[in-house]
Amino acid sequence: MEPLRIVESPVVVMPRDNMDTDQVIPARFLKVTDKVGLGAALFADWRYHSDGTPLPDFVLNRPEASKAQILVAGDNFGCGSSREHAAWAIRDFGFRVVISTSVADIFRNNALRNGILPVVVDPDVHAKLVASPGATVRVDLEQMTLTLPDGTQRTFAVDAFARHCLLNGVDEMGYLLAHKDAIAAFEEKR
Amino acid sequence: MDSSISNKPRTLFEKVWDAHCVRAQTADEPGILYIDLHLVHEVTSPQAFDVLRERGLPVSRPALTFATMDHSTPTTPRQPDGTWIFGDAQAEAQVRTLQRNCLDFGIELHALGDPGQGIVHVVGPEAGRTQPGMTVVCGDSHTATHGAFGALAFGIGTSEVGHVLATQCLLQRRPRTLAVRVEGRLRDGVTAKDLILALIAQIGVGGGTGHVIEYIGPAIRALSMEGRMTVCNMSIEAGARAGMIAPDETTFAWLKGRPGAPQGKAWEQALSAWRALPSDAAATYDREVVLDASRIEPMVTFGTNPGQAIPVTGLVPDPASCESASERSTLESALRYMGLRPGTPIGDVLVDVVFIGSCTNGRLSDLREAASVLRGRKVRARTLVVPGSRAVKAQAEVEGLDRVFLEAGAEWREPGCSMCIAMNGDRLEPGQACVSTSNRNFEGRQGRGGRTFLAGAGTAAASAIRGRIADPRQTYDAGENAGPAQGPTNREEG
Repeated sequence: MEPLRIVESPVVVMPRDNMDTDQVIPARFLKVTDKVGLGAALFADWRYHSDGTPLPDFVLNRPEASKAQILVAGDNFGCGSSREHAAWAIRDFGFRVVISTSVADIFRNNALRNGILPVVVDPDVHAKLVASPGATVRVDLEQMTLTLPDGTQRTFAVDAFARHCLLNGVDEMGYLLAHKDAIAAFEEKR
Repeated sequence: MDSSISNKPRTLFEKVWDAHCVRAQTADEPGILYIDLHLVHEVTSPQAFDVLRERGLPVSRPALTFATMDHSTPTTPRQPDGTWIFGDAQAEAQVRTLQRNCLDFGIELHALGDPGQGIVHVVGPEAGRTQPGMTVVCGDSHTATHGAFGALAFGIGTSEVGHVLATQCLLQRRPRTLAVRVEGRLRDGVTAKDLILALIAQIGVGGGTGHVIEYIGPAIRALSMEGRMTVCNMSIEAGARAGMIAPDETTFAWLKGRPGAPQGKAWEQALSAWRALPSDAAATYDREVVLDASRIEPMVTFGTNPGQAIPVTGLVPDPASCESASERSTLESALRYMGLRPGTPIGDVLVDVVFIGSCTNGRLSDLREAASVLRGRKVRARTLVVPGSRAVKAQAEVEGLDRVFLEAGAEWREPGCSMCIAMNGDRLEPGQACVSTSNRNFEGRQGRGGRTFLAGAGTAAASAIRGRIADPRQTYDAGENAGPAQGPTNREEG
């Protein structure tokens, strides 16, 4: 997994609450057997006409979105389906950080395993970010700080293990495999 | 197990969790949780098997792994030459990939045409593979269904599917507990689906985030196993990864004699272990919410998330009455997508399609409920009845339910997820309104531009007859409301 330490980038703002993973990537794109190029399907039904031509006003179709690495989303982001394709699509589009007032449980796990940092902030910080589309925000995972467009700094909480894995690019499969003996002993004992 | 743990009063969840901790969590590291049953389907597994191949790893415990195919599979009949007509080549390739992966890695697969095939959350319990006290996972958020048996069951992503295939374990932080106490009794004509929709309307689609729900109280105890599965299934729609119901005589009677269930002496031993699972009387939960079952009416959703539900006798809510700006904009965008005006009786909504099926309501009792409404009547909307499994289909046909559906003018299909997720070619056209017994009314869930109204099987069947959203407690005569709408409706606006 690609490590993540500091991300400094303009933010893309999608303030809608409860954006479910069916919006992040509609089910018809889940028939793939790999995870290549799913960024093209990110928010497909909001982003393209039914004939596939882009809707020019949609935020992800604006030129500045192509370089953005931080998505500011509404409350309860990523609810619904467990499809990891949602995380793959977000990462493939170029985002490394998703900021919201809350993030759904399964999406949070999927994001962390794909080098995406979900950052949960208070409503007042969120309101500032929502009011500043395109402004630059700095996320420092090592310090667990967020530097807002007005220069003020806020701290955020992140699970210690998730932080360790992201900072060092540790993948959990290798970690679990290293506990093979403990797992075998547990099976033996039951 | 650590004896210091066993003295403290514990909830059902805590007992199952503790019994599966290979290593307990610390401040710095998550726990390692052992998984008893791993359910696999074609959509969320191919990339996990690829990781195993890249790393040269076998499947750690193939005997604890059980695969079927459901999402991308056709629900139209098999051709005389034995082939199936897939929605597209990609869907067919995905199904073939699962077949190859199961063959290569030695996993039991119930493929198309196999008597054990069907929606993964219907066939797992049917086979007796889901049992009280187990940990059950699947790359599918509706894995919560299996919690109806007193199992800890939750959906995982594809990376985690790979972890379980390779190690039979997951790295997990212990979630908090939420007790949902349902007092009283459901009234006649009100079902488990109405109960869970009423709960989500009360606590919201994020109301269970970070928690495992345990459903308790007399109204839960009175539910059948199938009703309990419907309730647990939609725990994720309240944001809870898992929902659980303590096992009791209803559970044991349902399980006894199923092929995967313990037999003979092993059954007696299992029973005594299962009887120790219910939460201790003095156990406490992190949160508790209470519902009165006797106040619940048949429910239907009007919006684009499962929390936006009202009684079938209700009116579409008005954004002007919302307390916060964010609630108002959420409601406004939902009504815009659904083509509804505030204040419209939900019973005025014209229905184009009715879908009866899914892991929420595709079991035999749901089909019986729908058939009892449809018997001797004709549908006014295109109606798809899709059994949850091949076993459900076979039993429904023994009972003649297929004839009831066909004579009413409905379509009787092969088992699968079908129009719940619209991956297999069964889908709505833009603007169509569908009363659906499935679990998600998200924008485009049943096909781009489609409008989903979630409800129970009786409500769906009554709506099929009436051609508008209907109250399952009413009897609708042919011809009623056949004329043009009296007031503003979805179709005029759409």
